[in-house]
Formats: sequence, structure tokens, C-alpha cells
Amino acid sequence: MEPASVRKHSLLSMIARNGGHGEHSPYFDGWKAYDRNPFHPTQNPDGVIQMGLAENQLSFDLIEEWIKNNPTASICTPDGVGKFKDVAIFQDYHGLPEFRQAIAKFMGRVRRGKVTFDPDRIVMSGGATGASETLIFCLADPGDAFLVPSPYYPAFDRDLRWRTGVRLIPFACDSTNNFQVTLAQMESAYAKAIEANINVKGVILTNPSNPLGINLSKETLTSLLSFTFEKNLHMVCDEIYSATVFKSPAFTSIAEVMQETECNPDLVHIIYSLSKDMGLPGFRVGIIYSYNDQVVNCARKMSSFGLVSSQSQHLLASMLSDEVFIEKFLEENSRRLGKRHSRVVEGLKQEGINCLEGNAGLFLWMDLRHLLKEPTPDAEMELWRVIIKDVKLNVSPGSSFHCPEPGFFRVCFANMDDHTVEVALQRIREFVSRGNKNGDDKKHWRKRDLRLSFTSRKCDESLISPRQIMSPHSPVPQSPLVRART
Amino acid sequence: MSYVLSNGKPLLSQKATNDGHAENSPYFDGWKAYDSDPFHPTQNPSGVIQMGLAEHQLCFNLVQKWLENNPEASICTKEGVDKFRDIAIFQDYHGLPEFRNAVAKFMGRVRGDKVRFDPDRIVMSGGATGAHELITFCLADPGDAFLVPTPYYPGFDRDLCWRTGVRLLPVVCHSSNNFKVTRKALEEAYAKAVEANITVKGLLITNPSNPLGTILDRDTLREAMSFINEKNIHLVCDEIYAATVFRQPDFISIAEIIEEDQEYNRDLVHIIYSLSKDMGFPGFRVGIVYSYNDAVVECGRKMSSFGLVSSQTQYLIASMLSDDQFIEKFLLESAGRLATRHKDFTDGLRQVGIKCLNSNAGLFLWMDLKGFLKESTVEAETDLWRVIINDVKLNVSPGSSFHCSEPGWFRICIANMNEETTKVALARIQEFVQRNGDKLNRKEKCWQSDLRLRLSFRRMDDVLRSPCSMSPHSPIPQSPLVRART
Repeated sequence: MEPASVRKHSLLSMIARNGGHGEHSPYFDGWKAYDRNPFHPTQNPDGVIQMGLAENQLSFDLIEEWIKNNPTASICTPDGVGKFKDVAIFQDYHGLPEFRQAIAKFMGRVRRGKVTFDPDRIVMSGGATGASETLIFCLADPGDAFLVPSPYYPAFDRDLRWRTGVRLIPFACDSTNNFQVTLAQMESAYAKAIEANINVKGVILTNPSNPLGINLSKETLTSLLSFTFEKNLHMVCDEIYSATVFKSPAFTSIAEVMQETECNPDLVHIIYSLSKDMGLPGFRVGIIYSYNDQVVNCARKMSSFGLVSSQSQHLLASMLSDEVFIEKFLEENSRRLGKRHSRVVEGLKQEGINCLEGNAGLFLWMDLRHLLKEPTPDAEMELWRVIIKDVKLNVSPGSSFHCPEPGFFRVCFANMDDHTVEVALQRIREFVSRGNKNGDDKKHWRKRDLRLSFTSRKCDESLISPRQIMSPHSPVPQSPLVRART
Repeated sequence: MSYVLSNGKPLLSQKATNDGHAENSPYFDGWKAYDSDPFHPTQNPSGVIQMGLAEHQLCFNLVQKWLENNPEASICTKEGVDKFRDIAIFQDYHGLPEFRNAVAKFMGRVRGDKVRFDPDRIVMSGGATGAHELITFCLADPGDAFLVPTPYYPGFDRDLCWRTGVRLLPVVCHSSNNFKVTRKALEEAYAKAVEANITVKGLLITNPSNPLGTILDRDTLREAMSFINEKNIHLVCDEIYAATVFRQPDFISIAEIIEEDQEYNRDLVHIIYSLSKDMGFPGFRVGIVYSYNDAVVECGRKMSSFGLVSSQTQYLIASMLSDDQFIEKFLLESAGRLATRHKDFTDGLRQVGIKCLNSNAGLFLWMDLKGFLKESTVEAETDLWRVIINDVKLNVSPGSSFHCSEPGWFRICIANMNEETTKVALARIQEFVQRNGDKLNRKEKCWQSDLRLRLSFRRMDDVLRSPCSMSPHSPIPQSPLVRART
């Protein structure tokens, strides 16, 4: 805690100075390596392949075709420009009615019609990033806490805590039961927090999970919901990967569970976005869906700080309400994700590398414990540096997701084309065989000079720019995403 | 529903349950009246005319023509769709380089190229609303204060204070010197804060002013700079109306002043900008924070994740704003049309003895109706306001909503309607004055009878577009903006 005199005379706020943005973490070597040397199939075939970005780039052709066939969805085409003025002046924080209706319908479709969503409960926000923060501002005061199962999405540390002053209390899931969240773990974490006199306001679940790529079962969700009901805790479900489920078990939303279990709707809230399911992170479509009227009201007022561009609302309202297209998209998108997932899992298995059995998400949870020289976070970091420097793949170490068990890595597979996948698998193949040739794998890493220079940048998919060079004056080159796309 | 749990603890946050959103003020009669009876030239010619929305609707034909001639500016036209995927995945919080370059160039053009802006200092945010909140989070801690000259834009109460916990302290300005911001008033406000043991972190000025429509002269700007340098506090300049200056004297930006003296501490200066007023695109949520302080740019950029501009919109705007020829024509034409509209209204009002503050910018007039008050009180102003809504059927904004210290001033927006509606509005005012000519200023209460409109909780300022009732379940009627468009 700073002395009052420091605080008083400091030019910037505490929030600006406290590093709560989370970017001063050591996990930036991967980004820097990628940034300096990005893979390109022809121009730079030896470059680092980006496997740290959870993006869905597999289905753009479907969207592009739809756009060509639906010129009225845009306010810039000859067919649509007549609407330009009305849309350009529309800043109503309720959002375009057709947008809310389309989102509500889409969310229902993704859940196979098992639930319907009320358009009047749809609240916009600046991406899922803005949605998470806004929801926490509505539910908790500085110092309050939310329980969160780990491993979890790293940017929650920033989104839920930085400007809100709210705390996160992780409770660890582990490999002994395939990282399933259990009621027992949640109960125990809750009890500990209460004992430490922490005011727990709720729990936050990501379902399907990032980084694990698995769904919560209906039974588990039911028991967790009942627990929160019993303890009067908010249940926040981040369901932004709901349409990335490509294999059974089918996705069960908290919305479905609510219909069948006793609960207090005032305590249930869903975070959604089109960034993962549709692959449109640039459009910043964040959604808060709350069953609590007061939260809807409050969040809606707060949404002024991050409304969705009316231009994008207009486009998406049209796209998402095209039922024929959406049905085709969801099916084909799922199929392509499933196919990609299988290929990568198979390729890794051939090299003796197992992954958590996943059925959703844009990534794999890869088990490299057998390659660690010892089961410690340091050993994991060391292995990670090898993967970046030697194998030239930017993957994300489990510790960046607060995974207490060293040796797991998240590998994104949906942000590249088939050729790049093969290159990546080939590199892993070579790496493993080199390791085998050298006998004791573990000793091998230890001997090499593996230190990469540290920079302080964050390695997670919310910070797409690996160009977070600290000086704002540095010229910002074209996004690596553009270059990475092969 | 219960706001308190059975254990006595609150269900939601304090921010969710306090009045920080600033919508619980009694100034909603106008919105409700407009909402329930909106003017339409043919369908509802005796409805309420919306004059409470500071919008620039006079130049859409120019923009539309440009769009027709520049299809590649959109990622949805056949000429532009091949860029769709690159743009749709772009979520780098630095923003598209071409966007930043174009905005920096545009800002320079608007200031007659007397200053240059560095694209690397451009930080995005969710509209000017998001920009104000963001800069406040960077500069001040809860409990700290910003000084702000009155009258000021009502949205500041929410934008700067609600989630940040920061306070606004008024610097009172008077009509006796045309509401000029004097050094004396600044010093007085500062001294008062010090006495009350409140830490002042900065001064917020809006130039051109909302609601006054005037620009700050060079001396005033220099005084402000000298004041903040002396006190070592920040200067935040909201310049979102910069391109609405339609007549001499020329607009002087703080960016110009900062170059005049090497002794000025640049780390204290920040500009808030947006395209909502100058271009008429409030729906696109293009907010900009431009800071001369490197640490603020860096921190602000990280925070911008909570409210980035949609990449679809960035791409369009980048193209539009970098078309020098178009922009030059637009700015000239816009100023010309605003000047004409301004003259039409001021002439029309003068004909019936209504004076306005002499102004040369903005999308509104600051109308002096002091002579019409039965007594010089806020209550009398509110009474008169209800008459204007109920009898004259114009939704204007009473000065007290802008924290004006003197009762009797009203802001009327004049750029959000076509010429026909302008004539109707003026005719109504003229007719009202003529009808009540002998009654006015005679302190009779004849217009008080039966004019109390039912209070509802909605905000009356140019930010809040929705005239919807508080329940999120109510069917949301079509935005009044759409209906208001004649």
C-alpha cells in the first residue's frame, strides 16, 4: 500500500500504476519470438508458427459467400447505402431491435432450440472483455471475490479485477479426474474463503472451457447451480465457445439447467460474444444476458461505455437472422473444427504426446509432463522456451492459465490452414525424434542454452498484438495476424 | 425482487444500486413527451419536436455519395469483401494503422493544419463516453476530483464519476461575461476543494463548449495551461465539436497552445475526441483519447480493450478520412450548412425577442429565456420548461440539467432536423411568444396549472437515446431517432 503522499502526488491513478492489466508477466518470449520471426509458407517457412491465439479462422469462406449474396446487410453497398444515415445516427443503448432479436435467436439455435432467449435481456458490451468487466461492476464491490476454477483464461485477471477492484479466488482442477470441476472442490474453496473473511459474491465458469476444450456435464452444472442457489452466490457462465462444440457430449447451457433445477434467476448471468463462435473478434460483439432485471437495467446503462458499432449491429442482425445460413454455418463450422482437432490429436499421438480428451474450443490441452525434467513450474517454462526457440511454435504454458500442475500446454489449432498444421506437426515430429536420438530427453533440455531475452508482454489471446512495445511511439507494423494467415 | 440477501448482504454492487448513472433526475418529462408523441411532418404534424439531441444530420448526402463512389472502403461490397477476414479477425488494441493515421490526419485538418497529431498517440475507446471514463481511470483515484466549468454536458456526471468513483467540482461561470472561464473562478474552485480536503487531479474543459456553442479564446486557454501547470494537475480537453465551428473566430486547439511554451508540462495534457459530432456518426462509437503523456497512452491503450472500435468501422473510417479531397469539401460544406441553420434559428428567435448567446460552433443554441421566468429560480425554469414541452411541444434542455448557475437558459439543438421541421419549430416558438406576450414576465401562474407531467426515470441529454421505460421486459419501440427523422 502506497503512502498517501505518494498517491497524492502521483500523476497517474493507482489503477494506471498497479500493473493490473497483467501484461508485466514473463510469458512474452513466445510473442516476441513470433513477432520477430512470423511463419509464412513461402516467404518465411522457418518462422515461428502462432499457436497461442484462440481464433476461429476455418469458416470465413462461408461468411464471405453470404456477404456477397446479401448486399443489403451492409450500409455501404449500393443496395444498402439508403440505410446509412439511420444506422450511423443510431446510438440507443438498447441496440437495434433486429440485432437483439437476431442474437437471441442465434443463441437459442446454438443450444439446439432447448432454450429461448429474450431479446430484451440482451445487453451489448465491448467484446467479451467489456462484458465480463461490466457484469462484475454490477455484481460486486471492490474487495469482493469471485471463485473461478483453474486452469482459466488469463485475461480474467485483467477483465474481472483491474478496474473493478474485485478479487479472483481460483480453485484448482487437476488431471486426476481430467480437470473436471467438482462440487466438492467448489465447496471447499468457498469454505476456505469464508473462513478467511472474504466476501464471496459468486462463481465464474467458462463452459466450454478455455483452455481445456471440454464442456461441463449437465450433472455438474446442476450441482454447481444448486450450490450457488443455496449460498446465494451469483452464477456467471461464460459461454463464448458454445458453438465450437464439435463432438459429443452436446453442449448444455446454464440456461437449460435453470429450467430443470430450483434456482434463483436473479443470480444467473451469461456472457457471450461472436468472437469465437463466428470468428469475428474484430467486431467487438460482447453480450451480457442476465436473468436479473436490475442487472439488465444497470448493465444497459453501463453499456454506453462500450456499445457495438451500429454498422456491425446492422450487418450481424441480418446475418444471424438468416436461419438457412446459420444452420449450415453451425454444422459446417463444427465439422471443420472436429476434423482439424482430430488431425492434430492424431499427429501428436503418433509422437507419444497425449491431449486431454476435448470436444470443444479452438485449442487442445496438451500433456507434456513426460518431457519435463522435473514436475515444477520452472521446468515447464524451460520446456516452453525450447518449444518456442527450437520447435518454433508459439504455444501457451499451463502456468499462464494458473494451472497448478506443471507440464500442460494449450495449443490453438483453428487459426491456420491445413498446410501450416502439417508443418507444425512435422516440426513436433522432428523435435521428438531428435530428443529420442539423444537418449534422455530431460537431460537434453537442461544442457542447452535456452534463455531467451525477457520482455514484459502478455501471452494470451486477448492481447492479439505482440507489438506491445512499451513506447507508444514505436511504429506499429501490420498485424501479425494478417501475416500469419496463409 | 429483493436487493438484499437473507443474510443482510447486498445482492448487487453499490454502483448497480446507486444513482451514479445519473438517470434518476427529474428531467425526463421532455423525453417521455417526445417518446409518446413524436413529431412527423405528415403522420404526426402536431407531435413533439426533438430539440434535445445534439446530432449533426446535415451532411449525410455528402457521405452517401462518397460511399457510392468508394465501394472498396467497405468489407461487404464485392470490391471490398476479399478484405473481410483480415479485418474481421483484427482485434489488436493499437487499432488498424491506417485508422490511426487517418484520424491523426483528420484531427490536424480540422485544426487548419496548424498542428500535427502523432498516430501513435491515438488510443481508441467506446465513443467519447468511453474515452472520458478511460482517461479518468488513468488519471484519478476514487475520491479524487476534476474541476469542470459550468454549464457542462450532463453526461460527464456519469462518464467521469460513476464507475471511477471520481468527483466533479464546478467552476462557476456567469452570463455577465458570456460564461467565460476566468482564472479567478478556477482559483476559487481549487481553493474550495483544498479546504474541503479534496484532491484535485485535473481540469476538464470542453472546447467548443457544450451547451454554449462558443470557443475558448487564446487567453483563456493560456490561463488554463498556466493554472494546471502551476497546480501540477491534468488538463483534459474535450474537443469533440472542433469541426462544428462555422464562423470566425477560428477554433484554437489546446494542441496549438502546448507548442507555444517549452515550459509547459506536456505530461499533463490530454485531448478527447470522437466522430459523433463532427462527422455525424454517433452510432459507430468512434472515441479517441489523445495524450501527450507516454504512460497514459500506454495504460489507456491497454484499457481500450474494454471498448475498441469495431474493425469494420475502423476500416471504413480509415478510408473516408484519408480522402483529402472529400474531407476538405465535407468540412467546408458542413460549416456552411451549420452556419445557415444557425442563422435561420437566431434570426427567427430574434424576431420574437428571444436572444441567444453569441456562438460560432456546436449543434445547438444557448437560448436566453430569463425574461420569461416568473422568478429567477430553478423551479420557475422547470415550470417554463414544462410549458415548452407541453404547450409549444418542443423537447429542449433546461439549463439546470447542465448545472448552469443561472436559471432561465435553455439549450436547443438545431442540426438534427431538416429545413421543414426547422420552420415548424420556429413557427411554434413565434406563435407561443405572440400568444403569451402580455402574460410573460408578469409573474402570473396561468401556465402553471395542470402542467405537471408524470416524472419518469430517464435521462434527458443527448447521449441517452432510449425513451424506454425501466423494465427490460417492455417491448422496445423503434428508436425516436428513426421516428424523428423527417
